[in-house]
Amino acid sequence: MWRIRLFEERVAQLKRTLQVHGLIHLSIGGEGVAAAVCRQLRDNDAVYSGHRAHGHAIAKGTPLNRLMAELMGRSDGVCKGLGGSMHLVDKEHGFMGATGVVGGNLPLALGTALTQHLNGTDRVTVVFFGDGAVQAGHTGESINLAALWRLPVIFVCENNGMAEFTSREEHSTIERVSDVVAPYGFERTTVNGSDVPAVHHAFARFLQTARAGEGPMLLECVTYRRRGHYEGDPERYRDPVAEQEWAERDPLARLIDFGIGDDLIDGRTADAIEREAAEEIEQAVRFARDSPFPEPELSAQLVYAK
Amino acid sequence: MTEQIETTFVEAVNATLARAMREDERVIVLGEDVAEGGPYLVTAGLADEFGRERVRNTPISEGAVCGVAVGAAQSGLKPVVEIMFIDFITLALDQLVNQAAKAHFMSGGQLSVPLVLRTQGGSGQRNGAQHSQSLEAWLTHVPGLKVVMPSCAADAAGLLQSAIADPNPVVFVENKSLYFRRETVPDPPEPVPIGRARTLRTGKDVTIVALSRLVADALEAAQRLAADGIEAEVIDPRTLVPLDLDTLAQSLRRTGRAVIAHEAVTAGGFGAELAAQLQAAAFDYLEAPIQRVGAPYTPIPVSPSLEDAYRPGAKEIEAAVRVALEWGEYDAEPWEHGAIATPHPTP
Repeated sequence: MWRIRLFEERVAQLKRTLQVHGLIHLSIGGEGVAAAVCRQLRDNDAVYSGHRAHGHAIAKGTPLNRLMAELMGRSDGVCKGLGGSMHLVDKEHGFMGATGVVGGNLPLALGTALTQHLNGTDRVTVVFFGDGAVQAGHTGESINLAALWRLPVIFVCENNGMAEFTSREEHSTIERVSDVVAPYGFERTTVNGSDVPAVHHAFARFLQTARAGEGPMLLECVTYRRRGHYEGDPERYRDPVAEQEWAERDPLARLIDFGIGDDLIDGRTADAIEREAAEEIEQAVRFARDSPFPEPELSAQLVYAK
Repeated sequence: MTEQIETTFVEAVNATLARAMREDERVIVLGEDVAEGGPYLVTAGLADEFGRERVRNTPISEGAVCGVAVGAAQSGLKPVVEIMFIDFITLALDQLVNQAAKAHFMSGGQLSVPLVLRTQGGSGQRNGAQHSQSLEAWLTHVPGLKVVMPSCAADAAGLLQSAIADPNPVVFVENKSLYFRRETVPDPPEPVPIGRARTLRTGKDVTIVALSRLVADALEAAQRLAADGIEAEVIDPRTLVPLDLDTLAQSLRRTGRAVIAHEAVTAGGFGAELAAQLQAAAFDYLEAPIQRVGAPYTPIPVSPSLEDAYRPGAKEIEAAVRVALEWGEYDAEPWEHGAIATPHPTP
């Protein structure tokens, strides 16, 4: 989680000086979900994400140096600089893809789950999406289809209460995303996304079911979006009172308190983890800066697969 | 040994799907009603042979179904997804345009999408404005897609075989008017590579480039013109993307005159792209402006009198050839004597 937090804080800095490119959406405040979910997966399990994808990729195993190089548009980026922040793919680690079209990843996840089903493996597919995606047409179609075909897919909704600039109340009359799937009769639950152990336990139970080839399931994690919709968002819509919630909703601070309180970790170890993460990120920035920009011919070479 | 057998377009597609599924268990078929054969029976019998796990009926959810096919292709299957009418491709365009076409590129080559999207368009059955369109030009505008449009059963079989083997998303556009004609084809079918045009008739006076249903009409027009001593060359590009421009341009350099014919609305149709590429490739050889034959700039009407008037065919092609041949002999602008299909309306 420190790796995600510090990576994204560094990306925010680099964005201000235009060293990373394109629209950047940060997951600060919601890292606990990525960490608790992806840590339990294997490389050959598939993860699909949306536009706020850095945390999911990092938690799934994408190396920070190649991720940073991608955001900086370099040749050694995980997608050779062709994808960028919203279209990350790291197939080797089962990170099958982020997408910039809200809700567009759900059908793709079903497709990979169908492959897993027909191949008779115990692999699973996890798809992350925000509460804003729930109102997209593909989501409704995908929920129905996943239920109908009983695909081994786990829907993980990060409900941060905001769809871009607008609060959930202005987008839907349904407060709980887990209620949206109620008529389809599959397992669903809502947990506090800032409570990392709670996310871990809820997901572990679903994962066991999915490994047995059963599904789908929906895990709704209520999270907090610390930053704007994108870096540079003027956030005129933001309620300043909500800022005060940060201290109690920061999943990282809560996890450290929980670890120290339960004698699972001491303060010195926690600090060391943070320091190591910070060093790794500075190395990633150096790696990315040393990597050349791609040659102009690259684009035309990758339009079609050979 | 290759024999000649009698078949139809529908049977040729059906047999090719069955053969592909027999040879490669990664090939699956999915779409609305496909396990029941669909309204034109293109997938009839496949569910009996291969079961409903591999021949999957889907809900009426074109967007998600197309996306499922993309995801399945990304993870190792070779899906052939059917969109029952090309008019409904509007609902699947996000997955096709934003996901399928770009996954290989955006991932820096990590992902590929060996997907075939079969669909059918075309007018003539009084189905009206939402079940009769020819929308292929939209798809040719998206880098990353291949677009195939066979005009006969033999090409349908050969191109479908190539499309299934291709590691890229291929949109396979059929035309309902071609479905049930009796045709003679080679058995076993001969593979047709994607990106190679076919010259159906040679001639020295004019090049007719025709797509899909209009290929037969072009041959009919050529026959009528031959009675007047006019020798038309008829070429079917067969695939729009990638395009065999060489074959078309070589012909045009010999004849100096070209007519492009398709069923889609002329304005913004694929004929516009063909005309632009051809004039650039053969400008110095042109004896007349390249003529286009297509549908007028209106939605497709239902009433037989209106639809028959709407549908371009041999008559329009023949008239366009005469305009090309007589170019310079008229004082009037070509559209004033009605031989050129209506362009976009002017303000």
